[in-house]
Amino acid sequence: MIAYVTRRLLLLVPVLLGVSIGSFALLHLVPGDPAQILAGQEATEEVLTRIRHEHGLDRPLPIQYAVYLGNAVQGNLGISIQSRQPVATLIAQRFPFTLRLAFLAILVSAALGVVAGVVAATRRNSMLDLAALLGSLVGISLPIFWLGLLMMLVFSVRLQWFPAGGSGTAAHLVLPALVLGAASSGVIARMTRASMLEVLRQDYVRTARAKGLREQIVIYRHALKNAMIPILTVFGLEFGYNLGGAVLTETVFSLPGIGRLIVEGIFARDYPVVQGAMLVVATTFVAVNLLTDIAYALFDPRIRYD
Amino acid sequence: MPSSTLASATTEAPAPPAARASGFWADTLHRVVRNRAAVTGGIVVAIFVVVAALAPILSPYDPLKGGLSNRLRAPSTTHWLGTDELGRDVLSRVLYGARITAQIQVAAVGLALVLGTALGLAAGYVRGSVDQTIMRLMDILMAFPGIFLALAIIAALGTGLSNVIIATGIFLVPQFARVVRASILTLREMEFVQAARALGRGDVAIVFRYLLPNSLAPIIVQTSLRMATVLLTASGLSFLGLGVQPPSPEWGAMLSNARSYMITAPHVALMPGLAIAVVVLGFNLLGDGLRDSLDPRLRE
Repeated sequence: MIAYVTRRLLLLVPVLLGVSIGSFALLHLVPGDPAQILAGQEATEEVLTRIRHEHGLDRPLPIQYAVYLGNAVQGNLGISIQSRQPVATLIAQRFPFTLRLAFLAILVSAALGVVAGVVAATRRNSMLDLAALLGSLVGISLPIFWLGLLMMLVFSVRLQWFPAGGSGTAAHLVLPALVLGAASSGVIARMTRASMLEVLRQDYVRTARAKGLREQIVIYRHALKNAMIPILTVFGLEFGYNLGGAVLTETVFSLPGIGRLIVEGIFARDYPVVQGAMLVVATTFVAVNLLTDIAYALFDPRIRYD
Repeated sequence: MPSSTLASATTEAPAPPAARASGFWADTLHRVVRNRAAVTGGIVVAIFVVVAALAPILSPYDPLKGGLSNRLRAPSTTHWLGTDELGRDVLSRVLYGARITAQIQVAAVGLALVLGTALGLAAGYVRGSVDQTIMRLMDILMAFPGIFLALAIIAALGTGLSNVIIATGIFLVPQFARVVRASILTLREMEFVQAARALGRGDVAIVFRYLLPNSLAPIIVQTSLRMATVLLTASGLSFLGLGVQPPSPEWGAMLSNARSYMITAPHVALMPGLAIAVVVLGFNLLGDGLRDSLDPRLRE
């Protein structure tokens, strides 16, 4: 187990280095002079020279990257061109909101998805099963931004149950979390169904039934507990995709998350913000995946890693 | 699906030998046609393709021309789906949108298919350090969750149709590479491949005559499923204002504009979103059905 975790941590190093090279390269892939981009169109030649020197843009690229990486590791992600605030501060203001939204969405999808999956698996080939399968496929297929607009129209504008956008109270998060959770719940329902069907075929489930246990106990205490192990991995992945989906959800509901920060950064050509936010999101996603895999190994000692 | 397993077991059991006698392709087609999901999805996709091809003939109006006197009209007999904020016919725009969508899908999935298959083949066949390098590269691409990778590419390249294609295409390369690599890794240990090698077949022959043709099923399934992913991602980019730009009748861009008129004219936002949902659902159904009928081993 320790060897497995160590190996996974070591594998993380090239990936994170690659991610940092990618976000570093962003500014240099954009057509045009990086100094001009940082300084703005109307900057004079003296200003450009000063900017080049300040940001080390007059040094060789490998050195620039080393400095960028060294700063990033210490939490210094540069200064926003637009707001003149440190990028790390902006991210610290916005990221917790997105994390909370993604987490709430996972709760929604866990509740909807696991229930639908169990119902479908225990009543295999029934109308309920077909409805759950079709429903989850529809959930996966709906564009998040459209679902968001529709929910807003129905629940905010017509019924006025929830605020149409903005943030501040718990009520502001209900619709976004439902919208974001809808797609994941489809994925989780399908995974739960498949995993439950697999487990229900096992001998220990037959044994549990044979010794006269109530069906409820067989399903929830014997089958579901074991079926949850592979579903766990999906939760980790879906949490990451929810970070991605949050970009769209935040736009629909005008929420102050990191997705909005990136989109506004791209519009304003505020590259330090885009670079920093991308780096933080990718690192988070990679870390969440690692934690899920370790949890998977902990919960399922049958699996050996070598 | 809902038909009882008992009935299908008794009626279908003798079928395979008879079907096999009629040849591999006939047998495959037979299995696909029997799969309800594949057929339903296939019909939706076929309609979408026809609409995309015939948009100029099917559209009652010019998708880009309107008149301000005619703006935000509710659906009527002259404009079946109403008009948008510039008085343009929504139906014509949705029909033309199918064209742009199909264009993005084919180009982006094509890009991912070619690059991903080549990388997956190289990784799975050569193995060793080549495999390590390619798969670490794929890990890096996949470290950006969901739409973030596409956003990063758009940030570097700028908006517009061709950049959307590049961004969504690269976003999907790892998916194809992983599927192809996994398939090659299994196949290369199989006896028929070992036999070919023992008989002195060269690498090129082994790859193109034995490995690739036998990897077709997972590749076809991926292609259908990724058509759905591309549509969701590309229209998402356009919705954010970072994809295909107005006045182009791309569905995501249409939704983005329609947002401002949601309360007074919700009909403008309804159709483009519904179009995305139906086409995505069609490709997902087709992909799922193909997976079940072409390659039962891949069933989730």
